Amino acid sequence: MSDLLAPFQYDFMQRAFVVAVVVGALCSAMGTYVVLRKLSFIGDGLAHASFAGIAIAYLRGANFYAGAAIATIVTALGIGFVHRRGRVSLDTSIGVLFTAAFALGVFLMSRSPRATVDLQSFLFGSILGVSPGDVATVAGLGAAVALVVAALWRPLLYTSFDPVVAQAAGVRVGAVDYTLLVVLAVTIIVSLQAVGIVLVAALLVTPAAAASQLTKRFVPMMATSCAFGVFSTVGGLYASYELHASSGATIVLLATLVFFLCLAYGSVRRIGRRPNATGSA
Amino acid sequence: MARSVAAHEPAVLVRGLHVRYDRVEALQGVDVQLARGTALGVVGPNGSGKSTLLKAIAGLVQPSAGTVRVQGRAPRELPSGTIGYVPQVEDVDWQFPVSVRDVVTMGRYPRIRAFQRFSAHDHRAVARAIDALDLGAVADRHISELSGGQQQRAFVARAIAQEPLLLLLDEPTTGVDAATEDALLRLVRGLVADGLPVLMTTHDLDRAPEWFDRLIVVDRKILADGTPSEVLESGAYATIREHTHVHGHRR
Repeated sequence: MSDLLAPFQYDFMQRAFVVAVVVGALCSAMGTYVVLRKLSFIGDGLAHASFAGIAIAYLRGANFYAGAAIATIVTALGIGFVHRRGRVSLDTSIGVLFTAAFALGVFLMSRSPRATVDLQSFLFGSILGVSPGDVATVAGLGAAVALVVAALWRPLLYTSFDPVVAQAAGVRVGAVDYTLLVVLAVTIIVSLQAVGIVLVAALLVTPAAAASQLTKRFVPMMATSCAFGVFSTVGGLYASYELHASSGATIVLLATLVFFLCLAYGSVRRIGRRPNATGSA
Repeated sequence: MARSVAAHEPAVLVRGLHVRYDRVEALQGVDVQLARGTALGVVGPNGSGKSTLLKAIAGLVQPSAGTVRVQGRAPRELPSGTIGYVPQVEDVDWQFPVSVRDVVTMGRYPRIRAFQRFSAHDHRAVARAIDALDLGAVADRHISELSGGQQQRAFVARAIAQEPLLLLLDEPTTGVDAATEDALLRLVRGLVADGLPVLMTTHDLDRAPEWFDRLIVVDRKILADGTPSEVLESGAYATIREHTHVHGHRR
């Protein structure tokens, strides 16, 4: 038993587990909307877009979170604007703007003699390196996201399912869409230190995709997705400690394992429900 | 069901409406007036602008010229929940994780503020709509498990649960079985009797007198406007009859 609890004797592990719980719950809850709106590309896009802000913050000696937040939110709003005003499909808008933002980050870093390996932690995550201040930031932003989603879950659901009729009924679809993009951007910023730019999209998509294999109702899907998300981040963190492996990669691999188990269960269940073709001959 | 808001105003007042999609003018100077407690049918050939007229009234497309007023206001300035709209083809993801009851419940969402809980009235409105469309037996089924007629009834039920002040129905009887069509007819006539204004497009000219108090013929412009019998006897009806698919019951 003492071996099982061994990781918790360290302060840095305790902080990492707190962040893992928050990030797992947040990403997988928002991931429900991402999967249902078929926006899987956006998690990857916004995460990469944050790199421009991180690079600028790094070069100017400013706070990484602030830089990432500004770049990600501006890109999220830009994606929405180009999509709605420019008659450009959402995936095309995401593809154009996130690559531009990521390229800007690479361009700036390539011209800087100060570039060091510190940025590796933002690319692949460094959950074990979170400070008490980081924990407070993550918890505060996480609470803000949870509050917004709790306030808007009905219009978010209605506009995800049937935006045209929702708009006719008076739901401000544009405002809801922009709010979702900003909340997604904040969720990604919160998650950057845990799993990094490269892997955060997996946490936004994989737990919700796994949950969709098990239920046909929205609230159970979101609850199941949250459970899988927290299981993946906490379990992945614990496994990475035992296996001496990268925490971000282990978290994503565990989430992927859960997804394939759910996929197999869902497939078997659907086969079991099919009418027996030979019996009707 | 209909509440009296701006009682002196017509429920719908459309004046000189033009709607343009790129280079195509879908509507050219359309005038429509709809009083409370009236069912107005809109008929016309495919591509005549019937659906565009409903979308303009619902605030889903912007007029290139002219005005649209619902309860005396521009559609986008109306309080949430004023307009109930059932589009011709529901472009939804049929694997979306919602049951029939969930879909009907969405009709109440525009009337619920953030953090507000469902009231007893909200629950009653949903239950009444499910009963009115005879969906009780399938209320807890996933939407993908319904027949086409049941799906259409679920979307009409959502609009009814909203308790709108104006109901817009875009060809709700296309592709539904005879029993569903009869149920929709009874429902619409009941709502109209309660004072609700209803504007509905249809291809079914033969049953127009049962459905509507007034009928307009649209082919980018208003070609005729009157009681169903007046319009059906007019030359406008004969002209569009040649172009109009008079549907049978597919299910």
